[in-house]
Amino acid sequence: MAETHSLQDMRQQAAVAAKVFIQRDYSNGTMCQFQTKFPSELETKIDKQQFEETIRTLNNLYAEAEKLGSQSLIEGCLACLTAYTVFLCMETHYEKVLKKIAKYIQEQNDKIYAPRGLLLTDPIERGLRVIEITIYEDRSFSR
Amino acid sequence: MKSREYQQIDPKALPTPTQSPPSHQHQAVGDDGRTPRRKWEVFPGKNRFFCDGRIMMARQSGVFPLTLGLILVTSGLFFIFDCPFLVKHLTSCIPAIGGVLFVFVLITLLQTSFTDPGILPRATPEEAADIERQIDDTGNASYRPPPRTKEVLINQQVIKLKYCFTCKMFRPPRTSHCSLCDNCVERFDHHCPWVGNCVGKRNYRFFYTFIVSLSFLTAFIFGCVTTHLALRAKGGKGLMFALQESPGSAVELAICFFSVWSILGLSGFHTYLVASNLTTNEDIKGSWSGKSGEAVTNPYSHKNIFINCCSVLCVPMPPSLIDRRGFLPADEPAQTSGVDLELPNPSTKSDINVCVQGPKGLLESAALTPLLATSCPQGKPQTALPCPENTSALNSDPSLELSQRCGGTHHNSKTYGSTSPPLPTKGRLQKHKRASSHTPRSTFDDHVSPSSHDGNHRSTDRGHRGAKFATLQ
Repeated sequence: MAETHSLQDMRQQAAVAAKVFIQRDYSNGTMCQFQTKFPSELETKIDKQQFEETIRTLNNLYAEAEKLGSQSLIEGCLACLTAYTVFLCMETHYEKVLKKIAKYIQEQNDKIYAPRGLLLTDPIERGLRVIEITIYEDRSFSR
Repeated sequence: MKSREYQQIDPKALPTPTQSPPSHQHQAVGDDGRTPRRKWEVFPGKNRFFCDGRIMMARQSGVFPLTLGLILVTSGLFFIFDCPFLVKHLTSCIPAIGGVLFVFVLITLLQTSFTDPGILPRATPEEAADIERQIDDTGNASYRPPPRTKEVLINQQVIKLKYCFTCKMFRPPRTSHCSLCDNCVERFDHHCPWVGNCVGKRNYRFFYTFIVSLSFLTAFIFGCVTTHLALRAKGGKGLMFALQESPGSAVELAICFFSVWSILGLSGFHTYLVASNLTTNEDIKGSWSGKSGEAVTNPYSHKNIFINCCSVLCVPMPPSLIDRRGFLPADEPAQTSGVDLELPNPSTKSDINVCVQGPKGLLESAALTPLLATSCPQGKPQTALPCPENTSALNSDPSLELSQRCGGTHHNSKTYGSTSPPLPTKGRLQKHKRASSHTPRSTFDDHVSPSSHDGNHRSTDRGHRGAKFATLQ
């Protein structure tokens, strides 16, 4: 199908028209949350609801990663008792959720963003500062 | 302070992306032309890396060797001179307890020193240009540097975020730029020369465990040595006789006596900070004390001591945001201030120290992260701020300073762009004088206005730490 280019093909064929950066939202403190405001550059490219849904899901995933629940409490106490050496052996809760996030972003890119000539970059690659959305020039896609 | 010219980033001058094949197959080669280079080799901050990027420290390790040496020597003397006698005359639990405490102290010290404290990678050129574009919306030809602050509302309180000229981004709340390490560190507490590293979001729990267990160890050794000497001196033999029989104990006694108070004080101070969800930086600057007359409270506090403690010590361990062991892509030459992405992403060419971690890399680096520390490139020797509440008269014994100095360097954070003025030294100890020589060394952001001297004339508050802590209960 013409619309399901692999991401690599797309990058090889297309030129970058612009990049949009979704900044962090600090209204709830230092938790990792991103602004859900719809950037004007994407108005012609993607549906606003779709975009907000993606950002909201990402925010929920990051909130889950940083959540202070009974599990993290137990993990924290256990880690303290072992002088935090368990961090050498175990994958932390945060890392498990980061893997989920990476998978989600990959999925979103494949299903929704790549067909529209967009590419979401995982925020962890930008130090959790921004969500970078690359807009590709729409010349190599045949629809 | 070094003066830095702000250089506007011209979006048109940004390197254009090339349509290269996935760059993970092509990696930047090292000098020998064969080995691919890793990102830690081009890390822009002032850090030192060991074990191929697994371990990191400040460039100047400060007095970390002294800390390690004192702990090893004191504990060694304890096991050699005191334990045999005490095991014979009291109980064999003593070396067991001592051993456990010693191992605990050592592990947490190494973790504090070798862990990434929460360094924020610098903004990519595209990000920095985007921020500038947003700020300079008028698009006029006359250039001006971006404004230094941005306001956000956190829990109904206005917080000003400062723009970091080195890292080219607005610093998140509670983030501060460490001038020694030349990095922005999240939830920056202080730069501790005793551990040779910054103390920030990721290694604060190690640091806290280190000083608490060190207090126990020091107090334990002090108690055991006193008991040992008392038992030896029994029967009219006298203290001198006991000291002659066990000379190592004399050394231990001296070291422990002078350091136990300051270490205990430091632990108490940090327990107060943890219980109120404050950082040393904020406390010293008085960010939430309402001194400016406004009703400000700490917006990050959960108003509950238990929840505050949990949110500082038990929250899931955040990942390291700098990808030390990732490979540089081959199509871009490694710049001193730029690091390229490993992933096939043609739109980002010269990223400055970005974190690129696939799940496997994340797991690998995360597994080794507790041993990683940021090194802090400090051209001049640092004298750390002394422990604020250490009010007893103490001399300049180095072991004393072990615990006194963990106040560390206090850097400007988001409070209103002031350089730290020297602390007033009247009526305080020698260590405060050292502190005063220390605090002016602030961030590299020379655009920071020196107009407001906030929160640094706090020596009078130091004596109230204990009281503050008590009132929290």
